[in-house]
Formats: sequence, C-alpha cells, structure tokens
Amino acid sequence: MSSKPVPKPTPETQPFWDGCSAGELRIQRCKPCDAAYFYPRPFCPRCGSDEVEWFRASGRARLYSYVINHRPGPGFDEDAPYAIAVVELEEGPRMMTNIVGVENTPENLVLDMPLQVTFERRDEMAVPVFQPAVEGGTR
Amino acid sequence: MTAKQANQVAIVGAAETNEVGKLPGVSAIQLHAEAARNTLADCGLTPADVDGVAAAGISPIEVAHYLGVTPIWIDNTAIGGCSFLVHVRHAAAAIASGKARTVLITHGQSGRSRVGQPSMPASPQSIQGQFEAPYGVLGPPTAFTIPVLRYMKEYGLTHEQLAYVAVAQRKWAQRNPRAMMRDPITVDDVFASRVIAYPFHLLECCLVTDGGGALVVVSAERARDFPKRPVYVLGTGEACESPIVSQMEDVTTSKAFRLSSREAFAEAGIGPADVDHLMVYDAFAHLPLYGLEDLGFVGRGEAGAFVAEGNTEPGGRLPMNTSGGGLSYTHTGMYGMFAIQESVRQLRGEAAAQVEGVEVGFVQGVGGMFMAAGSLVLSNAS
Repeated sequence: MSSKPVPKPTPETQPFWDGCSAGELRIQRCKPCDAAYFYPRPFCPRCGSDEVEWFRASGRARLYSYVINHRPGPGFDEDAPYAIAVVELEEGPRMMTNIVGVENTPENLVLDMPLQVTFERRDEMAVPVFQPAVEGGTR
Repeated sequence: MTAKQANQVAIVGAAETNEVGKLPGVSAIQLHAEAARNTLADCGLTPADVDGVAAAGISPIEVAHYLGVTPIWIDNTAIGGCSFLVHVRHAAAAIASGKARTVLITHGQSGRSRVGQPSMPASPQSIQGQFEAPYGVLGPPTAFTIPVLRYMKEYGLTHEQLAYVAVAQRKWAQRNPRAMMRDPITVDDVFASRVIAYPFHLLECCLVTDGGGALVVVSAERARDFPKRPVYVLGTGEACESPIVSQMEDVTTSKAFRLSSREAFAEAGIGPADVDHLMVYDAFAHLPLYGLEDLGFVGRGEAGAFVAEGNTEPGGRLPMNTSGGGLSYTHTGMYGMFAIQESVRQLRGEAAAQVEGVEVGFVQGVGGMFMAAGSLVLSNAS
C-alpha cells in the first residue's frame, strides 16, 4: 500500500478518475471551441459553453517543465530525488505529473522530450504518470 | 505627479515587530499585535482611532478583538503574500468612498517557530489536492520553482545568472543589521549550497522566519497631521491567474504580475522609467527576474543579464530589494508586508541601506505560486 497522497474525486471530476482506474486518460473538450481543456469542469473555461464532452486523450505529451525534488513529500521517501513535472498533452492542456521509467536526472529529462501516459495505483485510485515515449510507437 | 489627488490616500504609520527572525517566544497573533502597536505608536494613534482592520493569515476579527479595536470596515482578503498590497488598494477605495477613515493593516506569522500558527491542510478533494498533491509536491520549493527550466530554455537564462540574484541581494543585506543572512556570498557559494529542488539551491530559496508588520492608511488630506513623512499611494493593482502552477497560461511570465502592475502604473500615470526604487517579492531567485520583465523594467529574456551586470545592487541604477529581501532579510511566509515596509522606509529616508534621492517606489507582490499579484506605486510627493 502506498502512503503517497491519494486524490479524492468530486462529482465533477469523477469521470477523469474513473478513466485513470480504467487505464485511460479521459479529459474534456468544448464542442463550440473544438478545444480540449483540463482540469475537469462541466463547462468550457474559455467560452463558458456547457456543450462539452469527455473523450479519451492519446496519452502522448511532451515535457514542458519540471524540478527534481530532493526533499521528499509524504510517501515519496524512496523516490527522492524525483521530478515533479508539468507535461503538455498532444491535445493542448497541461497537467502536473511524475516521470517514470527513467532515472530522474537533468541529463535524462530534456525539455520537450516525447512522453506517454501510464498509470500508478494509489489505494483504490490510479493517477496518471508519464514515461519516455518509445520511438515511433504509441505503446 | 499626475495622480488623482482628490481620492488619494497615504501610509502614515508603518512598523515591523521589534525583531524578525527566530522568535519562539511570540505567537502569531501577538506578532500581529506587536506590529500593530508599534505602527500605532509610529503615527501617534491609539486603537480607539482605528475604524478599519485588514489582515490575512489570522482573521481580522481576531486581530481587531485582540487589539481592542471595533472596526466598521473589515477586509480579510487572503490571497497569499501579496494580500497586504491588496489591502492597501482596498483601503484606498474604502477611504475614498467614505467607508473608513483610519485603516490598520496587519501581518504576523510564526513561519519558522510555528507558535499559534494556523495551518492550512489542503483537502484531497480540492483542485490542488487532486491535481498536484499526488505528485509529491511539498510546499513552495517544489511547485513555485517548476517554471524556471522552461524560462531558461526559452530565454537562455543561465544557472549563474539565477544564482547571481541571491548574490546581488546579499550585498544589500550586508548593509542591513536586521537581516538574518549578512555574510557576502558568491555564485560558487550558491552552487555549493545543497540542492533543494533542481535547479534551485538552498541560497536561491527564501528564508523561513517569524515576524510581522503593520500599516496605517488615511486620506492624503489628513496625512500631514501625523508625525512621520507621509508616503502617498499613487497607484495600485491586483490580479489573479491560476490556483495551481501547472495551469498557468505561460510559465515564462506571470499574467497576474503583468495585469496588476499595468493597473498600478496607469493609475499613477507613470511608467517604469519613473521608478527610483523597486521591491519585487522574492520567495525564490527567479521571482525578481519575472518581476523585472513582467513589470516592464526590461524586455523579455533580459532580466538575468540585467541583474548580473549589477544594475539592481548597491550603486546600480535600479536599486531592488534593498533590505536583502526574502532571500536574505526575512520571509515569514507571506512576505509582502516586508516589501511594503522597506519601500516606506526608503521613501521616508530611514532605511538601513538608504538610497539617495528616492521619490517613487514600486512594490510588487505575489500570492501563492504565481497565483495572484498586488502592486503599489508609492511616493513621498503627493
């Protein structure tokens, strides 16, 4: 069992977390804007429309920015030093995450490197984390 | 000055707690009170003269009752370290519209010793709790810092230039006996300090201290009736952007800085070239760089070189963070009050590292981690 922080959904964010548990990165899109957005809200933060829908994002992203934290947060003692990163999804929105599948060093973590989503269990939940993308593939 | 004098207000009282730094014998509410009482003494008033109270961190109800004040105007705007700049802005509006006459603004925080200090645990259902906390965020050093690598890639800021921000401010702190950190440092010293969150070293992160400060604001008409030289509020601004750093529109610039400073400059009818003295909230070494650019003192990508060339240090053409700032003077957690205090001292001519001929000061505050901002244009001429 992990002692890392476990997010607790609200009614409005439940579909996002259900997607994570199912191994899918589900986010929202505004139909009039034809643009994806994050974090979850039942209306478009750009135009205010409530004509929005959930969809499965590709999971492809690029590394936007990060720090490598040497003072571990709760549950992260064995991970330190670890990157706390912001990634930009192929569909446009950005989200905070961790980078897995590679030692978290400045040399390994190059801004704009391609990444692919994967999911990490937290109790009954799963949170999206990202790993370096395999060349030419989507895994 | 081109400011609208009819509605103008002035800071007539300003003081900090007797000491700032490590104060395990004083609770957070008493830090508010000590700062408030020192400030009332500074302007020759008593609690009975105060009709408006603004505070953040601890409720103004608690602060007012503790002091023996019964206010008929209250502001509990609590948007992080810039709250006190925004309190000045709100007080100016309240005084101009006759809703208050004498406003007391207080800050007190037992940030280091944690005596009677309210804690703010984030709910796992909050936006932060769902979308940032799960990734091992542990306070500002792990989130406020995330933008800088992107800034470095976009604009070529070097690690040496980032480190030099701390070096430049230490030069001011050396001249300030109240500063917690006063020994001169070099870029190599910064690099030799331990990594907190790459690329930030310990010396590029603010101090964590105990202390407080307070202000008394009245109409400009009344300002000359007080013992100290008035500091007029020529312009103010406030803005907010995102509750979590990952949702900033562009992490290489603070939208809140840009909006709040633009408002303050416009209200004052001045521009960056008219500013003699600058305070930019420096929780981390990149903040003064963002401030210099977002406020319009230098162009995009130029701030690192501007500081490294010595422009903001003693003898430079734009004295900045002359107390030593949050990096070397003090940083209780919501540092903005101390940025205002140093600006007032410079405009009164009573700063420890006094700059000659200061007539216009600009104070830029940040709230949370680029979440909000407040700006003040202050002057010793109305």
